[in-house]
Amino acid sequence: MDFAHAFLQIIIAMDMTIRLSVVLLFACLAGLYSERAGIFDIGLEGKLLISAFFSASFSYETGNVWLGLLAGVGASMVFALIHGIASITYRGNQLIAGVALNFLASGLTIVIGLAWFKEGGQSPALPQSSRFHELTLPFADTLRDIPLFGPLYADVISGQKPLVYIAFLLIPFTWWLLFRTRFGLRLRAVGENPASVDTAGVSVIRYRYAAVMIAGVLCGLGGAYLATSQASAFGREMSSGRGFIALAALIFAKWRPWYALMSCLLFGFLEAVSNLYPNIDVFGIFEIPVQFTQALPYILTVVILAGFVGKAVAPRAGGEPYVKER
Amino acid sequence: MANENLQERQETVAPAIELVGISKAFGPVQANKDISLSVARGSIHGIVGENGAGKSTLMSILYGFYKADAGEVFIGGVKTRIPDSSAAIAAGIGMVHQHFKLVENFTVLENVILGMEDGGLLKPSLAKARKLLKELSDEYELSVDPDALVENLSVGHQQRVEILKALYRQADILILDEPTGVLTPAEADHLFRILVGLRDQGKTIILITHKLREIMEVTDTVSVMRRGEMTATVKTKDTSPEQLAELMVGRKVLLQIDKKPATPGAPILEIENLQVVDDKGVERVKGVSLEVRAGEILGIAGVSGNGQTELLEVLGGYQKATGIIRVNGEEIDLTGKYSDGQSRRHRGIAHVPEDRQSEGLIMDFMAWENAIFGYHNEPAYNKNALMMDNLAIRAETEAKMERFDVRPPNPKLEAKNFSGGNQQKIVLAREIERNPDLLLVGQPTRGVDIGAIEFIHQQIVELRDQGKAILLVSVELEEILSLSDRIIVMFDGHIMGERDPANTDEKELGMLMAGMETDGGAA
Repeated sequence: MDFAHAFLQIIIAMDMTIRLSVVLLFACLAGLYSERAGIFDIGLEGKLLISAFFSASFSYETGNVWLGLLAGVGASMVFALIHGIASITYRGNQLIAGVALNFLASGLTIVIGLAWFKEGGQSPALPQSSRFHELTLPFADTLRDIPLFGPLYADVISGQKPLVYIAFLLIPFTWWLLFRTRFGLRLRAVGENPASVDTAGVSVIRYRYAAVMIAGVLCGLGGAYLATSQASAFGREMSSGRGFIALAALIFAKWRPWYALMSCLLFGFLEAVSNLYPNIDVFGIFEIPVQFTQALPYILTVVILAGFVGKAVAPRAGGEPYVKER
Repeated sequence: MANENLQERQETVAPAIELVGISKAFGPVQANKDISLSVARGSIHGIVGENGAGKSTLMSILYGFYKADAGEVFIGGVKTRIPDSSAAIAAGIGMVHQHFKLVENFTVLENVILGMEDGGLLKPSLAKARKLLKELSDEYELSVDPDALVENLSVGHQQRVEILKALYRQADILILDEPTGVLTPAEADHLFRILVGLRDQGKTIILITHKLREIMEVTDTVSVMRRGEMTATVKTKDTSPEQLAELMVGRKVLLQIDKKPATPGAPILEIENLQVVDDKGVERVKGVSLEVRAGEILGIAGVSGNGQTELLEVLGGYQKATGIIRVNGEEIDLTGKYSDGQSRRHRGIAHVPEDRQSEGLIMDFMAWENAIFGYHNEPAYNKNALMMDNLAIRAETEAKMERFDVRPPNPKLEAKNFSGGNQQKIVLAREIERNPDLLLVGQPTRGVDIGAIEFIHQQIVELRDQGKAILLVSVELEEILSLSDRIIVMFDGHIMGERDPANTDEKELGMLMAGMETDGGAA
């Protein structure tokens, strides 16, 4: 294997890693907003799925992918609102509300899909106009010939779909919002010690709703990316556990935006590896089976959730409905 | 200035706070009954009363947490409606809660500006707060590192952050709810200096406490509450602790426990060179040796976190240790199979833990269930191998509650529904009635009413007079001084010295607690 070939392999792997990280990144950031405000969100999966369904369906019907995106985000926000009403206003159990939403999304997408498209719960393949397309950044072609940087710019950084750029720009934005603004300070305080916010004369409920609804928007973007960018149709259960992997990534990231980027890229990389190299040959002696490489992201999830990777301190008021004490 | 002031104004300045006819009921419980109170500007006003007397309710109404059923509030002579905390802040009222309302992993500055940020970006507010904090720390002894994380600050410093928060909100009236419960004597003195400084600058301070010594030391006027009513308001210099205690409880109270000199017998507990390393690998107890004899109370004084807790945990059987401990002359297992609480109980050790809510009781369980924990395997409580004899347990609990004056004497009430004093009585009843040779008592009267304190102290002294050995750990020096026959002071895992309560005082003990040698020598 010569150098040029190896380099090409690396470029392809990087490109794929980025493409596959995007859904995780949206969901992970959604979880970050929600959990930083003290609302555990196990319903990321359901929100991704419902958004994927509605974005694909509306894109297909209207022929306009942006309308599809809007529908996906809207559906995800409706789910987020239900989560908020159950766990903030009525102080229900946040995890149970999230699980319920996951079931609801799973069933609802199939039932509506069957009735709507009569294709076994899937949506028809999306035509060109109903999908997102790659954006070519300026000078991508002129710079392509520069060694190393050229291909990196032209094939990895440039040539991604619009939501990819949005996802990656959301990282610095989230960091700035959480740590440099009043909104962020209050949002984090609500997740750590809501009584401190309440006694300061600020509404805990308002900030928790804001966080949950932001999570709704972000999951909506993630789901829309899944159905109209990463794939080009809705398929049953197409979120396939990414909402849960995003939760693991969130814990791995210790609820910090930059770490979230790193951990989502790691998961994306593992998925890319399993797609690109299903059978890894170890020195010609032993072949790692495809099932193993495909299972890697899930294995890492289990390892992280079991707490083998460092100590992560969750927001202290997480999971607890706020009840005013005297 | 409005002239709706109901009282005829004799002073030229309207009172900082005036409450007229405040009433508040929670269901059938009348927490505040027609309360009227006037607090002069630039004064420190104490409010004393037992737990449940309605002090906190009254202050919560003033701070907008509760809405009063009836009555009016005047701030600086102007009738003011306080529907929520932000209205209270706007009216210039600041509150330092008993349990701090701080975000632990925020910096001091972030905590100070939270809720009072100027504009969407934090930077200008942080700079402004930094400047103000510097001014305040120079003016009053309120120095705190503005960039420190709150969780890394001592309790005393955290309290300063709360005060700074109120001052940042330009509070003219500062309410402090049981501010010294968590402080060392030195920290409490420091707090009082801050309060006096603030008063001299014209701030009005309301101090809620159950410690009469503090009232006498720092307040100008004092109001007494009992069962939801304001029973008296007097000038501090015209009253005495005894009179205040009587007003609070409604009967004469013995503030000084009446006890005979001890007649110590054989050593019951002997500890030699005990060392404890906690889960985090920190050495908590560094070679402690002591002895408690039958018929005496050994008091261990010290700021919490200096090894006393771990000492009790080892004796109670839920902390491993090295060294030698003998009970009744027999060595006990410190690390092995017989180092658990059950084995300790078989050796005649009973334990009233420091934190009754997490270690002494299960708050969601009923009194009769709580009354047998640790002893639940005894034949008297069990019909056979499978079934417990609930009727017998309930009957016994009822009798115990009667003897220990637990109110209400209802075994089916959950532990969390009793007041602090009555919870403690349930724990005491369970442990004392086992007739132990050695009783370990940690913070017996933390958060307990004056009336109940008297009762609990009497029970402990009575047990001593029956010839039992008692090891008392308390952060309340007053309690240590009045109960103990001998006093040991712990600091940083060591014993700093032993003193005879008759020949020492809070000042000397306070110095030992801070790790400073005194020339008092062993008694």
